[in-house]
Amino acid sequence: MKKNQNVTIKGTKDGLTLHLDDSCSYGELKKELDRKLSENSRSVEDRLLSVRVQVGNRYLTEEQQEELKELIRQKKNLIVESISSNVITKEEAEKQKEENEIVSVAKVIRSGQVLEVTGDLLLIGDVNPGGTVMAGGNIFIMGALKGIAHAGCHGNKEAVIAASLMKPSQLRISNCINRAPDKDQDDEKREMECAYIDENDQITVDRLQVLMHLRPNITRLQGGS
Amino acid sequence: MGEAIVITSGKGGVGKTTTSANVGTALALQGKRVCLVDTDIGLRNLDVVMGLENRIIYDLVDVVEGRCKMHQAVVKDKRFDDLLYLLPAAQTSDKTAVTPEQMKKLVDELKQDYDYIVIDCPAGIEQGYKNAVAGADKAIVVTTPEVSAVRDADRIIGLLEKEENVEAPKLIINRIRSHMMKNGDMLDVDEITAHLSIDLIGIVADDDEVIKASNHGEPIALNPNSKASVAYRNIARRILGEAVPLQPLEEENKGVFSKLKKFFGVK
Repeated sequence: MKKNQNVTIKGTKDGLTLHLDDSCSYGELKKELDRKLSENSRSVEDRLLSVRVQVGNRYLTEEQQEELKELIRQKKNLIVESISSNVITKEEAEKQKEENEIVSVAKVIRSGQVLEVTGDLLLIGDVNPGGTVMAGGNIFIMGALKGIAHAGCHGNKEAVIAASLMKPSQLRISNCINRAPDKDQDDEKREMECAYIDENDQITVDRLQVLMHLRPNITRLQGGS
Repeated sequence: MGEAIVITSGKGGVGKTTTSANVGTALALQGKRVCLVDTDIGLRNLDVVMGLENRIIYDLVDVVEGRCKMHQAVVKDKRFDDLLYLLPAAQTSDKTAVTPEQMKKLVDELKQDYDYIVIDCPAGIEQGYKNAVAGADKAIVVTTPEVSAVRDADRIIGLLEKEENVEAPKLIINRIRSHMMKNGDMLDVDEITAHLSIDLIGIVADDDEVIKASNHGEPIALNPNSKASVAYRNIARRILGEAVPLQPLEEENKGVFSKLKKFFGVK
């Protein structure tokens, strides 16, 4: 007797979901998906439907994902919205961890030196003129920023730069650049400030305290009161 | 076993050679056996500043290439009784004539015979710098109160921090003009030290006597009446581990009127 079917289609209030069982082989799964989608073909409907694909504890390579998307697209007027799996590879996990990590570094970044991290950077020290710090995420400097800081260097426009003393030669967030005025205004104190991209796609420098309203997801504290 | 100190700055013309000559001389005045090593191959001038130019027979490259023994190449300073020597650089080759490994071997050999090896580093961060730093145990970074010199000093400190065999570098601020610092036209000592965040080992005032002395081939440190000389002697004492307070920068106004003003607390 054949065991439960490997492909089930469910309709939820968010749309269609394809559940693909994870205990059969990939070949078997493909065959069954092909059959299932062919048998109840309602080609009269020409409206495109988006579906979500759940593959449970099965790991799909990039090619396999493409293959499944292709298969589903061909058979019906369906479009794959997303493929979600419970498993990821170690490398992906590693990458995700790095991206969500705050790396703390205690040193002075001097002229000619470049410090780059994948996630957020917490620098306990200064960035001297000619020095550069780069981070995939946010940059927090507990010292003087007098060199270049580049936050969200892989394209994250939400990234911010905060420094105890904000006197940068250049600020870069994602692909926006802002440089110090040619005439430095020594009278301004520039302490405890942050830089972010505002609604006009410009880098703005403001008091540190505005961040809690502008970027509430910087807070990672779970629970508590 | 001696100690090798490299004097470096990154930028040219801030006074590395003068500092090397005077720190070496001041250490010899304290009774230490010192060998000055000029690593500026092709553009030597430590020998000129020391007034030993016409005694040179062999040079550093000759030693490295085995054309002579070390004791044949070092030039003895007659003003000192067997305390101060100079290993001159070659003038005919260039920086690539020596490798960092050869320099390290050479300095290690010198460390057997001397208490202090003072290495004068050429400007720049290329081969010449790498050679000079290769054998060093300690480093002194020389800067002047100018933004460009401080920027280069910062770069050099970054490079020195990567060297595993060199201790955390110390700072000399050279050519200080007290009136400009007071007016805020020049970076002041605290500002530079805070910016570079390394320990200060001495400050030297800008003094015409220094130029005069080195033109005569007599290091200023030999003249006890000059302010710069005292500064270099203090640096030598700090190298030997003594705690010597920094010299006051402003020239004390000795007039009666200013004393009166001070007495009454008028600024």
